[in-house]
Amino acid sequence: MDSEQKNKVDSGEVSEELREGLPRYRRLRKLSVIITLLVALIPLAIMTIINFYQDQESYRAESRYNISRILSNTKRTLEFVVEERRAAISLIISQVTYDQLSDDDGLKTILQNLNGSFGGFVDLGLIDSSGNQTYYVGPYELKGKNYKNQEWFNEVLVRGAHISDVFMGHRNLPHFVVAFRHERKNGEPYVLRATIDMEMINRVFYSLDLDRNTDAFLVNQDGVLQTASIFFGDVLSEINVDVPKRFRHREVIDEYEKEGKWVTSGYAFIEDTPFILMVSKQRDNPFLHWFYQRTGLFWFLIVSAALILVVVMYGSSMTIKRLQELDKRRARMLHNVEYTNKMATIGRMASGVAHEINNPLAIINEKAGLLNDLVFHTKDLPERDKFFDLSDSIIRSVERCSKVTHRLLGFARRMDAKKETIDVKELLEEVVGFQKTELAHRNIQVNYNFPPETILVESDRGLLQQVFLNIINNAFAAVDVGGHVEIGIDGTDTKSVIVSVTDDGIGISEDNLQHIFEPFYSTKGEFGTGLGLSITRDIMQKLEGHIDVKSKPGEGTTFNVYIPRRGNFQV
Amino acid sequence: MSKFKVLFVDDEEELVSTLVERLKYRDIAGAYELNGASAIERLRREKFDIVIIDLKLPGISGAETTRVVKQEHPELPILLITGHGSPLETEEIPKGIEDILPKPIKLDTLVEKIQTVLRQE
Repeated sequence: MDSEQKNKVDSGEVSEELREGLPRYRRLRKLSVIITLLVALIPLAIMTIINFYQDQESYRAESRYNISRILSNTKRTLEFVVEERRAAISLIISQVTYDQLSDDDGLKTILQNLNGSFGGFVDLGLIDSSGNQTYYVGPYELKGKNYKNQEWFNEVLVRGAHISDVFMGHRNLPHFVVAFRHERKNGEPYVLRATIDMEMINRVFYSLDLDRNTDAFLVNQDGVLQTASIFFGDVLSEINVDVPKRFRHREVIDEYEKEGKWVTSGYAFIEDTPFILMVSKQRDNPFLHWFYQRTGLFWFLIVSAALILVVVMYGSSMTIKRLQELDKRRARMLHNVEYTNKMATIGRMASGVAHEINNPLAIINEKAGLLNDLVFHTKDLPERDKFFDLSDSIIRSVERCSKVTHRLLGFARRMDAKKETIDVKELLEEVVGFQKTELAHRNIQVNYNFPPETILVESDRGLLQQVFLNIINNAFAAVDVGGHVEIGIDGTDTKSVIVSVTDDGIGISEDNLQHIFEPFYSTKGEFGTGLGLSITRDIMQKLEGHIDVKSKPGEGTTFNVYIPRRGNFQV
Repeated sequence: MSKFKVLFVDDEEELVSTLVERLKYRDIAGAYELNGASAIERLRREKFDIVIIDLKLPGISGAETTRVVKQEHPELPILLITGHGSPLETEEIPKGIEDILPKPIKLDTLVEKIQTVLRQE
């Protein structure tokens, strides 16, 4: 039953390409999918990449601008805060005489005034040329402390002014020192030293109101933090970032990656101080940033790609399918042409032979007739009856020969499809008649299982003859000497007449059964062309019918031919 | 005495000579020519009641011969013989002929046909 389904050929599914053609189409399909996908997706990918870089570029520019703005604003403010206090000390030392300064109460007044006007001054001390702090006002016991061996003191003596790095004072709070040198009337230098609380500086940073990814702080040239940093730690801890040396540029912006984050840093030097202002902005790595920013775009991309994929797959499938069908049709056409040529050649040969034989047959016939006439008019001829017998026998033989040539010519004439009303029973008997000799020779029994009524179809006689000749021939070839072939007609269906040809021969293996309708498939070895059943199938398709087969090896084979009662095929 | 006189135009001499001989037994006088030219020639010299022409002739074709004969002897009935299996598509059938008989020629059919045609005359 299964194999019957498989070999149903009216659907046209049994294909020549089944065994060898399919990988070729699969390759073709793969190639077409890949090329189309590349063509469709590459511009999309390029656009995405361009978008990514543009986005990154604008993001970077934005960061740079942001940092640059914070840098310049903060630098100005910080410089102002430091300069204000520096200028105050500078003014005091140049305007107030040494004598006025060398008085604890005087100093105290000055410190109070300074804090009243500016704020941030912690203490004030006067140091003589030998480094002794002779006068001091402030919270610590620093009076009499000697600074002679300290570097800053010597620097002040040489340069006239000094602003120190930040250090932790006795109160454990960060401070820095501003010191100026001046000369007494006798030319002896002295130094006025003020400690300034970093709180003044910190306030500037608090007021910046930065987002949580941005950090601003001061660092000295050795990379030691002068104010607390969010990213790098508390005051006086070292940062592991290369601190720029004094560049000519006032601002430097650097970018680097740190722990998966992208850091953009800007530096600015605070004039006349050892402080470097640093603004650092941390952000996600560019791809993640882009991804978060453009989630919509990303999904659009995915959906587009998926859509393109689906369309391309479908389109390619359709194209390849169509191609496959066209190829199949072409193969069938070639096959038909071959078949037609072959049949035309056979037809020409048959008609040639028939004509050549017909003439001498006619002569034999007439000569025998003449012999008959002569004997008829010679009443006294001895053994006259014997003559009649002989000439009659000759004429009968000639008639038999004529029938053969008649059939041959009929066969040759019926190469083209021609619609006519055909008596199926008569047609089948005629086809079997062609092979009478073989039947007798091999003692094959043919049983007709025909319904009593006449079964008519409108079809092409020659082509149907060809179909049954082939199938019945196959049946005869399949059975042994003394085998049976049953030819049946099922006329119960209103649309088609089903002719079955059943033999009790060797049968066909399931493997072979799948291929018997394919061209050039033959089990007869060198004796078969492998075209017979393929042509038969094609003819039945041409006649709008179909053919199927079921078989069991060792038990026999049944071919069912479905002839439409009214064929709509093109003549 | 023969009732009718028939001229066969056919290149198969063995066949026509036998036919002519057999017709004699059926009271029909016959003669034959092997090609169109000699048949046209003979018809100018001799009178026949009916002409039977094979369409396939060497030299002038059967159809051409028929046209000439019909032109020269409009009243003369003509029967054509055509080879079985060779459809008439190649040969244009000349007008004015009585009938076309397929090969192989059956003597009885032929005699009957001749009698039918000539009885109408």
